[in-house]
Amino acid sequence: MTDTKVLSAPHSMEFPYTRSTGPMVGAFLTGLRDRRVLGVRDSAGRVVVPPPEYDAATAAVLPADDLIEVATEGVVTSWSWNPKPRAGQPFERPFAWALVQLDGADTGLLHALDAPRESIRTGMRVRIRWADETVGYIKDIACFEPAS
Amino acid sequence: MRDVAVVSFAQSATRRDQTRNEVEILMPVLREAMAPTGLTTHDMGFTCSGSSDYLAGQAFAFVSALDAVGPWPPIQESHVEMDGAWALYEAWVRLQHGDIDTALVYAFGKSSPGDVGRVLALQLDPYVVGPLWPDAVSIAALQARAFLEAGHDEKDLARVVARSRRNAAGNPHAQLSGEVDEATLLDEPLYADPLRMHDCPPISDGAAVVVLAAGDRARELCERPAWIRGIDHRIDVQALGSRDLATSASTKLAGQKAGVGRVDLAEIHAPFSHQELIVAEALGLNESTTSINPSGGALASNPVMVAGLVRIGEAARRLSAGEGERAVAHATSGPALQQNLVCVLEAS
Repeated sequence: MTDTKVLSAPHSMEFPYTRSTGPMVGAFLTGLRDRRVLGVRDSAGRVVVPPPEYDAATAAVLPADDLIEVATEGVVTSWSWNPKPRAGQPFERPFAWALVQLDGADTGLLHALDAPRESIRTGMRVRIRWADETVGYIKDIACFEPAS
Repeated sequence: MRDVAVVSFAQSATRRDQTRNEVEILMPVLREAMAPTGLTTHDMGFTCSGSSDYLAGQAFAFVSALDAVGPWPPIQESHVEMDGAWALYEAWVRLQHGDIDTALVYAFGKSSPGDVGRVLALQLDPYVVGPLWPDAVSIAALQARAFLEAGHDEKDLARVVARSRRNAAGNPHAQLSGEVDEATLLDEPLYADPLRMHDCPPISDGAAVVVLAAGDRARELCERPAWIRGIDHRIDVQALGSRDLATSASTKLAGQKAGVGRVDLAEIHAPFSHQELIVAEALGLNESTTSINPSGGALASNPVMVAGLVRIGEAARRLSAGEGERAVAHATSGPALQQNLVCVLEAS
């Protein structure tokens, strides 16, 4: 047999559930819609961003009605280069991922960083670049960009 | 606690297997693991498997793998959507009940048909991380930088890779092996900066099978059983930015609970080179007295959902063969070493 054409058919995998984002993640996402970033203070006194519903050490419910606004600018605590962007990622060209500790927060927020590879350093100051339209979704943050 | 031992272990060769499906990969491995025990899968008191439906791209894909076991007439069976090491943990717990004496544990995974780096993004927080689709290599590279900038050198990563390839030369199941010079490795370009391509695992398909037995039954089935002296698993906080990526608190705690102590050999499930160093440090291992990853580890072959169980099987097999008296095996799950299992084994 010389014809090696393989039969194929589309197979789309999905789990079409509707989920509530809950009091904490919902408040965080609503904050993004308003171009504000919210965190919560955990049992160790750290301001955690994004805010979790439960304390990582004690499992106590954290106060969704007592969220703390942090800055939209901060510092890179770690970063990596993504040479092979994949479907759904923030950029279609090679780009950096960064963990960014926003001023006022004690933890890192993961997102893309739009800056030339050779300019990126741990410790560099970056700020949020907002999406043109914010809807209450993590992609309301388009990416981070150098702060100066 | 009831004494439970690994009495048999088998694994497939790992490679990109384009001709066989999961059941076809698993069946000969099952047969090979059962053979020395003289038992059949139907003699097993309990059967537990580890795999991921996301790799197969089909809900309840693990059910079809039961065709390899032959679940009729009905058997007592369970499954974890985790590496097979956690299936072994469930089987160990099940054996503690005391009403059965044997258990079959298996794991299988085909990473090659899809984009495993992207599939693994589905295990991330679905609200604030998942929508960005950060792939497994990018996340590992974030961890590698945190590790390097905490006072480690990229030469340490090259040393891990060179040792893995060298050790894997004696492992017929490994995918990547051979003599490589550390300086040559460091001359290679950065891929996912700060990682080079060789700091990342190969794409592997494979399966592994472990037979467990309790007490006297273990001594009947195996000349030198590898007894499980301690087993524990712990998890770190989900958010990548909320923990110290340069260390592994969950591995350290699991190691303390399992009672690692002095070991002749260690099999560490570290798909990325820096992760082996993080785990070794958390377990308090010293390479001058402990042989680390004599099989080559997950850098030499990394069948996802299988590679952790292989670490336990490799450690047990080596103890049963007289290569040592006490070993530790480690398995990991989740992004950047989020969840870790530690199993201490002894044979004499």
